[in-house]
Amino acid sequence: MSVIFFLIGCSVFIALIFLGAFFWANKTGQHDDTHTPAIRMLFDDEVIEEEKRDVQKADVDA
Amino acid sequence: MIQCYHCGDAVSNAVFEADGHSFCCLGCQSVYRILSSNNMQQYYRYNMHPGKKKGNDPTRYEYLDEDAIVEQLIDFRNEEITIVTFYIPVIHCSSCVWLLEHLHKLHPAVVTSRSDFLKKQVNVTFRQDEFSLRGLVELLEGIGYEPKITLQDVVKEGRKFSQKELIAKIAVAGFCFGNSMMLSFPEYFGMGAFEARYAEFFGWMNLAFTLPVLLYSGRDYFRSAWHSLRQQALNLDVPLALGIAALFVRTAWEVLSASGPGFADTLCGLVFFLLVGRWVQQRTYHHISFERDYRSYFPVAVTRLGADGPKPIPLADIEVGDRLLIRNNEIVPADAILLKGEAAIDFSFVTGEADPVRKVLGEIVYAGGRQTGEALELEVVKPVSQSYLTQLWNHEAFKPHERNFRTFSNTVSRYFTGVLLGIAFLALSCWLLHGDTGRAWGAFTAVLIIACPCALALSSPFTLSAALSIFDKHRFYVKNTAAVEQMAAVDCLVFDKTGTISSPSAARMRFEGDLQPDEWEQVVALCSNSNHPLSRELVKFAGGERTPGSFSLSEYREIAGKGIEATVSDRRVRVGSAAFVDACREQPGGSVYVAIDDEVKGCFSVEQPWRPHLREVLAGLAASRQLHLISGDRDQEKERLRRVFPPQADLLFHKTPMEKMTYIRSLQDQGRKVCMLGDGLNDAGALRQADMGIAISDDVNNFSPGCDAILDGASFAKLPRFFRFAKDVMRVIYLSFGISLTYNVIGLTFAVTGMLSPLFAAVLMPISTVTVIGFTTVATHVYASKNQLNNPL
Repeated sequence: MSVIFFLIGCSVFIALIFLGAFFWANKTGQHDDTHTPAIRMLFDDEVIEEEKRDVQKADVDA
Repeated sequence: MIQCYHCGDAVSNAVFEADGHSFCCLGCQSVYRILSSNNMQQYYRYNMHPGKKKGNDPTRYEYLDEDAIVEQLIDFRNEEITIVTFYIPVIHCSSCVWLLEHLHKLHPAVVTSRSDFLKKQVNVTFRQDEFSLRGLVELLEGIGYEPKITLQDVVKEGRKFSQKELIAKIAVAGFCFGNSMMLSFPEYFGMGAFEARYAEFFGWMNLAFTLPVLLYSGRDYFRSAWHSLRQQALNLDVPLALGIAALFVRTAWEVLSASGPGFADTLCGLVFFLLVGRWVQQRTYHHISFERDYRSYFPVAVTRLGADGPKPIPLADIEVGDRLLIRNNEIVPADAILLKGEAAIDFSFVTGEADPVRKVLGEIVYAGGRQTGEALELEVVKPVSQSYLTQLWNHEAFKPHERNFRTFSNTVSRYFTGVLLGIAFLALSCWLLHGDTGRAWGAFTAVLIIACPCALALSSPFTLSAALSIFDKHRFYVKNTAAVEQMAAVDCLVFDKTGTISSPSAARMRFEGDLQPDEWEQVVALCSNSNHPLSRELVKFAGGERTPGSFSLSEYREIAGKGIEATVSDRRVRVGSAAFVDACREQPGGSVYVAIDDEVKGCFSVEQPWRPHLREVLAGLAASRQLHLISGDRDQEKERLRRVFPPQADLLFHKTPMEKMTYIRSLQDQGRKVCMLGDGLNDAGALRQADMGIAISDDVNNFSPGCDAILDGASFAKLPRFFRFAKDVMRVIYLSFGISLTYNVIGLTFAVTGMLSPLFAAVLMPISTVTVIGFTTVATHVYASKNQLNNPL
C-alpha cells in the first residue's frame, strides 16, 4: 500500500503542471478575448475567390 | 420596399446602383465599390446589410501626420513596423470582424490586423515606410469603420483594469480545494486503525495545501479586515477573515498534534467560493467608459493658422493669441474671440440649449460649442486648461467624491460581527467555567468557522450581478453592483430636458410656408442630391407622397454649412440657412429655408419630439417617487411639459450647470435619495452630486458624462420597470440573507457544544452556498419576468 505515497505524489505533480499551464495561458492573454475567435473560425478560406480574381485579371490584361 | 444592399435602409430613389444592387446613398455605394474592386464581396455574404451608414461630414485627419500626435496614439514602433490599436464603435457583426481582419487585401502594407469584438477594438500592424497612420485611418474611414480618436483614449483606459490577478488567485484556491477534498475523503469515509499512518500523511498534505490559499488567495480578506478595523467600520470581511483564520489555526493545531484531520477542504472551498463571488461582482464593460470627462469630448488636434498657413497642433499646445480655424462640425476647444465667419454654435451639449447660438464678430465664443456652418477664424483668449468648460469641469464640486452610501451587506455586517463575537466568547467562557479548556477552545473556533458568513457574502454579488446582466440585455449599463442598490433606494427623480426627455436623433420636420405641388417636387429633387442629414430628413419628410419627378437638374452647388442650390426645370431653387436664401426675417426655430427664383417660399423647422412613451414613463415613475425637471434651455415648452409632469413637480428652466447641482443638493438636504437623468456636459455636476446619476445616450459608445449608469435612448420606455426590478432585487437579497442566516443558526447549535465534526462543516458550507446562489439566480429571473424584463426587445 505504500505505493499510494508515490501515486499521490504523481497526481499532485500532474495537477501542478496543469495549474502552471493555466497560469501561462492567463499571463499570455489567452482569456482576454473569448468571443472573437468563435466568429473568426467561421470564415471560409478564399482559395476559389483568388482563382476567380486571377481569371478576371487575366481577362483585363488580355 | 427596396433595401440598401450595404446598410439595409430603405432606398427612396434608384439613383445609386452598382452590379445590380441598390444603395441608399453615395457613401454606401462607395464602400461597396471599394470592397468589390478588391474582391471582398464576401463581406456581404456573412450578414445581410452588414454596413452602417457613413457619417456625412468628412473628418479631417491632417493631424495624424504630426509626429507628436502619432507618438501618443501608437502602441509600438520600430524601424520597420508600427502597431496601433483603434477603438471602432461601429463594430457589430461577424462581417465587421471579417473585413477588419482582411485589411491586408485593401492595402499591402498592412501586415496583420486583429479585432476584438467585445471591446470593439482593432489592432493593426503595418509597415510605416509604405503607409502612414493617417492613410490607415482614412482607409478605415473609407470603408465605414471610422476609429474614434479622442484625447482620453478608451483603448488605453481599458488596459488599466485587469482581472488577471484575481483569476490567478481563484485558480490557486480551486487547485488546493480539489486536492484537499480528495485527500479528505478517506477520513470522511472512515479509516481503520492500521491506516493511521496514511491519515497522518493526508493531514500534512492538507496542511500544505492550505498555506497558498491562506497566504496568497485569501490575503485580501485579511488586508481588508485590518483596514476596516482601523477605520472602526466593521465590514463583512472581518467575520470572513476571522473564519478563515480560525479554520487555519484549528487545522494546523489538529494536524500538528495529530488529534484530528482538520478543516483543510472547508478552508480551501470557502476561499474559492468567496473569490468566485468577487469575480462575478467585478463586471467590466470593455466598450463603455463611465469616467469620461471633457477630454474625450474634445478633439485630439486643432488647426492653427500660423505664418506658414494652417497646421494641425495638439490641443495642449494652444496658446493665448493663437489663431484657430474651426470648420463645420468641429468643436471650439478654448475660449476665443470670433474674428471671421458666421458663427452658429451648437451649445446643446454644454448648456442644454436646443437652438444654435449666433455670435457676431468680436464676441467671445466659449469652449465646447460645435460650429454648424462655414469655417470660422478665432483668436484664443484663454488656454484650454483655463477655459470656461474646463474650469467648470475641474470645479471642486464636480470632482468625483465618495458617496456615503452603505450597501446592505455593509449595514448587516456591523451587527453580524458583534453578535458573532458575542456568541463565540459566550461559548468560550461557558465551557471555561465548566473547567473544560479543550472543549472551550473547540467551541470558540467552531463558532467562528460555522458562522463564517460565506453564503451571506455571496448572496449580494450573485443577485446584483444577475441583475446587471439583465439590465445589460435591455441596454441599460449600470456601473457596478452598488449602483443597483442605490437605484432601489431612489425616491426622487430629476430630469434634464434637451437630449434626455427629448430625443435628438428622432428629429421631426415641420413646414411653414406655401409651396405648390410641382415646387415640392423640385425641392425634393434638389435635396435628394445632397448627403446632408437635413436634406435626407427633408426628403424623408416630403418624400412620402411627393416623389422627385423627372426634372433636369443643372448647376448644382453645395456649400458646406450653408445650403444647396441648383437650376431645376429653369427655376433657381435654393435650400439652406436664412442667410443663404436671403430670408429677411428668421422664423423662431426655423432652420432650413426654401427660396425659388429668389422668392422665399417658407421654412422647415426641426423640432425634437419627446421620447416615445414619455407620458407612460413619467406616470409609471410618479407612483412612488417625486419627479422634477431642470433644464438649461428656455421655457418655451413649459406648458407642454406641465401637462405630462405630475402637478407637484418643479419645472425649472434657464439653469446653469452649477444651479443644477445645487438644486440636487437641496433635494438631498431634504432627505431625498435623488436620481438625476441627464445627457450633456451641463448635467455632469448634477449627475455626480446625485445619489444615482443616469446618463441617457442614443449611442452608448459616444461621449457621455461621468455617471453611475448609461441608458440607451431606445430603452427609455423601460425605465419604470428598471426601477421596479431594482427594488425586487433588493427583496431577493433580503430573502437570501434570511436563508443563509437559517443555516448559520442550525450550524451554531452544533458549534456551541464544541462538537463540530469536520465532515459536518465540509457538508454544511457548500450546501448553504449552493442553496443561496441557486435561490438568488432563480429568484432574480422570476422577478425579471414579472417585470417583463426576461426577454430583450
